Parts: sequence; structure tokens; C-alpha cells
Amino acid sequence: MSFDLDSISTAWQASEALCSGKVSSEAHTRALLERLRALEPRLNAFLAILDDEALAAAARYDENRSAFASPLAGVPGAIKDNMCLIGAPNTCGSKILAGWKPPYNATVVNAILDAGGVILGKTNLDEFAMGSSTENSAFKVTSNPWDFSRVPGGSSGGSAAAVAAGAAFWALGSDTGGSIRQPAAFCGLVGLKPTYGRVSRYGLVAYASSLDQIGPLTRDVRDAALVMNLLAAHDPLDSTSWPEPAPDYTKSLVNDVSGMTIGVPKEFFGQGVEEDVASAVWAAIRLLEQKGARVKEISMPNVEYALPVYYIIAPAEASSNLARYDGVRYGHRTEMQCDHVAMFEQTRAEGFGAEVKQRIMIGTYALSAGYYDAYYLKAQQVRTLLRRDFDAAFETCDLLITPTAPTTAFRIGERSSDPFQMKLSDVCTIPVNLAGIPGMSVPCGFSNGLPVGMQLLGPAFGEETLFRAAYTFEQSTDYHLARPDLRPCGESH
Amino acid sequence: MKLSVEEVSNVAVLARLALCEEEKQRLTGHLNEIIEHFSRLQDLDTADVEPTDRVLPVVNVYREDGARPGLPREAVLAGAPEASDCAFIVPRVVDTADGK
Repeated sequence: MSFDLDSISTAWQASEALCSGKVSSEAHTRALLERLRALEPRLNAFLAILDDEALAAAARYDENRSAFASPLAGVPGAIKDNMCLIGAPNTCGSKILAGWKPPYNATVVNAILDAGGVILGKTNLDEFAMGSSTENSAFKVTSNPWDFSRVPGGSSGGSAAAVAAGAAFWALGSDTGGSIRQPAAFCGLVGLKPTYGRVSRYGLVAYASSLDQIGPLTRDVRDAALVMNLLAAHDPLDSTSWPEPAPDYTKSLVNDVSGMTIGVPKEFFGQGVEEDVASAVWAAIRLLEQKGARVKEISMPNVEYALPVYYIIAPAEASSNLARYDGVRYGHRTEMQCDHVAMFEQTRAEGFGAEVKQRIMIGTYALSAGYYDAYYLKAQQVRTLLRRDFDAAFETCDLLITPTAPTTAFRIGERSSDPFQMKLSDVCTIPVNLAGIPGMSVPCGFSNGLPVGMQLLGPAFGEETLFRAAYTFEQSTDYHLARPDLRPCGESH
Repeated sequence: MKLSVEEVSNVAVLARLALCEEEKQRLTGHLNEIIEHFSRLQDLDTADVEPTDRVLPVVNVYREDGARPGLPREAVLAGAPEASDCAFIVPRVVDTADGK
């Protein structure tokens, strides 16, 4: 069966084609595998391509379609390489886990597979999800499909690049300080970090446990709702999982924001936000105002402290979570013959990259005797002040809108030598993880041919409001329909 | 407050990270830059502020204390750098009297 892949670019369109009988899941899967193999030498989005497993999943669907009710059944996508899938390597972009295959599936992976979903491969990331450009992977540097000389953002850069290039209809990412939303913005996608606790982290390799969440990267809002319908559920295997059942997010795909109050916190439009980015986001806010929303400028004075708070809390939790990589149970062990303590120290020295070592050192220092009160406790107290700012904002606003990132995608290598510049690209997304609330990046414009994303924020478990506002915006604009030109240099126009 | 290379070396011992001289020097510079950045937090009076250790009111999550199957032993040991058919193998941890 042959078909025109170019006529289908979203997961829901792929699903419609499957349901109409025009195309099989196997045909979809083969077409995407072929496309991603052709792109991969330039894109470098994948750490593992799972041809056999993907085709087997597609066949399971094709042979028994009526057994699968989910709209994502038979629709191929990709997962970030920090989510466990039996039989596939799970590197987290680190040499320390190279070659390790997990003995169990992440809960989100089971949810996808049980629904008849097809997993094409595992996508590149900054090592242990620590970074904002996917340049910190131990294995490869992923490119942005809109401009191959630029980064796709990070740390879920492989997932974002794969979907933006049309090599996967959907992808999962994880977000600790912006790692879904910032790459979504850089690659012109919809990216959602759900409320803390809404999606199970069982089988997600932990980075900073009070901040990490899994969520979708997709080409439009409808696709994000379809993926979220699979992901959002209580999971007894994750004790931070929220016990209430999740709503059907597709019910929030309603083209109406009348009566909604949108807060615009001025602190998110401050220093470092490019003029083109600010004006695209403001144009989006004005559009929603024309559609009946009220707009209100607000102030959140503690937002300016979010970056130092995050760079204490996240490394502190990481230093604890990454203590388990000691050369005993997984992956790499040094070949040096030595006693057990030297074996731990040497294994970790060989296995971790520079950024990971730096964060482990910061975190260990911040938690060490004599400094705990000055750093970790202080950061947790300021985190409370920041949460209060959000609580106050949501007393009078239904949602907030900010830029997702201060700039568009930067050039590969441009910021890798300046860690502060790199961290500044997360300045708008980090406060959201600290508050535990949901945040969605939605394409809202272009600057010099590069996508701009706006960030919609809601109160805890306010995803439905985000979907409604994002869908309304999408119905009146065509930014989500723009596609990058993927022809190699020399073949263009 | 500035961290010395010796203090950074001590943190590396706590973190179980073997660092070469060049890394110690570089990390001392990095850590001092970052700590400088943290110092802004001291501007805020937080004497009466409760710390946030969780963002959701989910505490003491219990389950039935029943037997459940664990992961298959072979599958778990297969991922280890060195294992027998029933255990992870590590360098000797305990010294014996005769040094063997």
C-alpha cells in the first residue's frame, strides 16, 4: 500500500487515515522509518531506531484494529531516551548508561503500547536531561529542522526535532526546568509540561524529583490532547502521582475564550527577551483579547529569584538521584583494578560528562553539612514565595501568558562555552516547575524564519484551560501549519 | 565566601567523583561563579516562610502490604557490568586478617 506521507502531518490526521482504511499502520511506520533514516545524518535526533519493534507493534494493530480504541492506536511516535522500554537501550545521553537495557517499561511506555501506539525509536537529549540545547549529549548533537546550524533546544531536543521534521507524529519529552516547552518553542511545536503529579514518572530516569514531569511534543493542540489522554492517570507505582482521574482533554478543544481573564506578568518580558519574541507574544495576547478574553498586566516580584532557586534545588536533587550510578548495577564500570571506593569514583569520573559532574558538585556542596540552611533550605523557602506569587495571580486570572524562551533557536556552539547564557534560555520556564503548575508552549510567530513560542500557564490541574485557550488561538492562526524546508543545501529553490 | 581548591576536592570525595587537577581548578572557578549567583537569595527575608518540599498535598502514600512479583533476577543482572547468576559482583569490600 503506498500513500503520500506529505498529505498527513499530524497524529490525528494519521489516525483518520488509519480509520478510513486508506493506509495501514505498517505503511505509516515504514514511511516514517524511511524518512527518519534519510534525515538522520543531518538531524541526529535519534539514539536508537527500533525498526523491528515498531513494525511488530504496527502489525499487532493492523491485524486486530477493533481491539484498540485510542485515536493514537497504530500512530507512530518517539520517546526521549530517558524513559524505560524493555529491549531498547536507555542511555539518557550518558556514557555511564551506554549499553544498558532496562528490565521493565515506564508506565507511560506501557500506556502507549497498550493503546496500540507504535514507538519508532528513542530520541537524543542533554545528558540526564541537564541542558537547554541537546549539545550536552555524550553521543551526538541534534540539529533544528528549521535551520540545521541551530540547536533544537533541550533537553528534549531529539523529540522536538523528530516531530518538527515529520519523522514522528508525536513524541514524549520530560521537563524539569523547561525541557519540553523550550524545544517546542524552538522547533515550532506544541509542548506541554503537565501539573506535577498528573503523569506518572515510574520508569523515567530521575533528574530532580520535585520538578520532573513527562509530557507531549506535537504539531498541534489536538495532538497534544490525544497524547495527554493516554499519559494522564493515577499510577500506584509513583507515589507522587495524583489520585484523581484525569479528564478527557479533547473536550477542551473549544474555540472560545470569552470571559477568560489572561494575566501578563511583566517580569517575564524583561531583560534578555528579544523584541521580535515579545511582539509576537503580545500579538497573540491581543488576538485572544479580540476573541473575548480580558487582559490584565500583573507583577510577580519573586520570579527574578527563580533561576538561583532552581540552580540549588535541581542539582541538589540530582546529586542524590545520580548517586546510584556507581558501576555496580548498571552500565559502565571502570576497567581500573582498584578497591570499591576508587571503583565508584573512577567509574563516575569516566562515565559522566562535564555538565553532569558540575551539577553533582553544586548539589553535593549545597547539601553538605554547614551549608544546608544557607542554600537548600533557603531555596525551598524562596520557592514558597514564588508559589505564592502564582497563587495570587490565579486568584484574579484564569491563565497567564509569557514568552516560552527569551530568544529563538541559537546557533550550535554559540552558548556552550557560557553556562550562564545557556541557563538564561530557561528563565521563563523554570518558575513553572518550581510552582508545580502546568505550562504549554504554542507556536505564535516567526522571527527571521525561526519559530517563536508563547507559554500558557494555568493553576495546578488547569490543563483544560490551557487546551481551550491554545485551541482558540490555533483556530485563528496558521503558525502550526508552517513546515520547515528539509531539502539539503543546494537543492533549495 | 569563596571556595578553595581543597574544599572543592572535599566535595568531590563526598560526591564520589575522581577529578584530575585541571578539573578541580575549572570546577572551583565554576562553583564560585554559581555560588556568587546564589547569594542574591540572601537579600530576601524568609525567617517566617515555610519551605516547599512538595508542591502537591500528597503525603504518606500507602499500599497494601502484600507480596508482589519483583523483576526477574536474570533480567536485572543482565544489565550489570559484572554479575554471577545470582548476584552483582563488586571489588572486595572487607579486608581479611591475612590480607587475602
